[in-house]
Amino acid sequence: MAYALCFLLFMIGLYCAVVKKNMVKIVLGIVIMEYAVNLFLIMLGYVKGGVAPIIERSQYDGATKAIASEFLNASVDPLPQALVLTSIVISLGSLALMISICIRTYAKYGTFDITEIRRLRG
Amino acid sequence: MTVIVKTVSSWVKVLIFLFGIYIILSGHLTPGGGFAGGVILASSYVLLMLAFGRSFVASNLPGSLASRLDCLGAFLFALIAILGLVCGGTFFVNFLYQEYFPGEPFALVSAGTIPLSNMAIGIKVGASLFLVILTLAAFRAESQQPTEQDLADPGVRGKE
Amino acid sequence: MALFYILLIFMVIAAIIAVETKDLLSAVICVGAIGFGGSLMFLLLRAPDIAMTQIVVEVLGLVILIRATISRDLTFISGDREFFGTVASVVILFLVFMAGMRICDTLPEFGEPVFAQRPEAASQAYIAKGLNDTGATNIVTSIYLDYRAYDTLGEATVLFTAVIGATAILRSRSRKRLEDPEL
Repeated sequence: MAYALCFLLFMIGLYCAVVKKNMVKIVLGIVIMEYAVNLFLIMLGYVKGGVAPIIERSQYDGATKAIASEFLNASVDPLPQALVLTSIVISLGSLALMISICIRTYAKYGTFDITEIRRLRG
Repeated sequence: MTVIVKTVSSWVKVLIFLFGIYIILSGHLTPGGGFAGGVILASSYVLLMLAFGRSFVASNLPGSLASRLDCLGAFLFALIAILGLVCGGTFFVNFLYQEYFPGEPFALVSAGTIPLSNMAIGIKVGASLFLVILTLAAFRAESQQPTEQDLADPGVRGKE
Repeated sequence: MALFYILLIFMVIAAIIAVETKDLLSAVICVGAIGFGGSLMFLLLRAPDIAMTQIVVEVLGLVILIRATISRDLTFISGDREFFGTVASVVILFLVFMAGMRICDTLPEFGEPVFAQRPEAASQAYIAKGLNDTGATNIVTSIYLDYRAYDTLGEATVLFTAVIGATAILRSRSRKRLEDPEL
């Protein structure tokens, strides 16, 4: 159910990127797809009743260097979180790149409509 | 913008900047780290830009300085990695923690090269995002006149 | 977990509105709503690092998007592409959606991930040894700056490239004009 809704969000973004003819709408579709993919990766690592992958002071025994078992058994998956953390910042950079392409096209042709920009076809 | 917005944002900007530095420095203990902290540092300058306009921010932190900070952050991160190769034997090894200065867990100065890498990443992310938004604002300010010219005669520049 | 599903459905509805509304500024604001809902969901999924990063990135992304759309005329471009292409792409999207639904059935149950059932998974080693190997109590930080620091190096490279690309695209004067002052 949760995975299916997340996939539905992805498909809405894909529909927007494929069908719409406004350049900013296409960018928004790609942004929605990025949200869906990030959310899906985090959801893959969720443990029911889990805790965040951050060790608290009470869960660590300094003398024996042992971590409490309630953290070891209940922690959610930290690996997709580390991957998604980099991907979010990259998505902001790529959003700026796409928007700058849109602004440049608008300054040159005076429209965001990709069907009217015929001269781009060479 | 009005004087209320200007006054409040000039105060709040300092607090946001301080919060970004805190997020970067305690990234190995609490949620946060270089990415979030760097974006917060950039957003403090973006707030200033929205309130005071682009020229004020460009005189405070010019684009050339921001691009140098960007390169400095990337250079520091690569330097830490290469120091791992020199001192520890492997690229990106945490040589400070493993050999020289283990530190105590839950202390601010601990975890070897991780806080240093966090600082480098924070500087890099903040400077590059600030540079992007400064460039976007500069283009919008400069592009007013050529846009009208293009609209009047769209075929000239399109066939270049 | 009811709040989780409510937020997910809220995000789907906001995405539909963002896709189908005519006004570009409304679409941008709806995308912002998706982003903030996603930030709350990351918090519910026990990922506070991601939630914090998402919420600040969302603010900056909204500033960029609004700067692109505001005060430009012709923001009311409506309608889709030509009829046959639209129908063909919608049919293909529907087929992809049905195939994806079949794949969703094969995934493990939500809340019982694969890594928890396998002791040889890399995540288990990160959780068990992360603090003693790197000294960082935030396991996510110990992964992206120590175990998998190459990822972060690649991220820095990609961000650098994106910034250079945006700056080169938005450069207002051409190189010829910069080198030759007579033009």
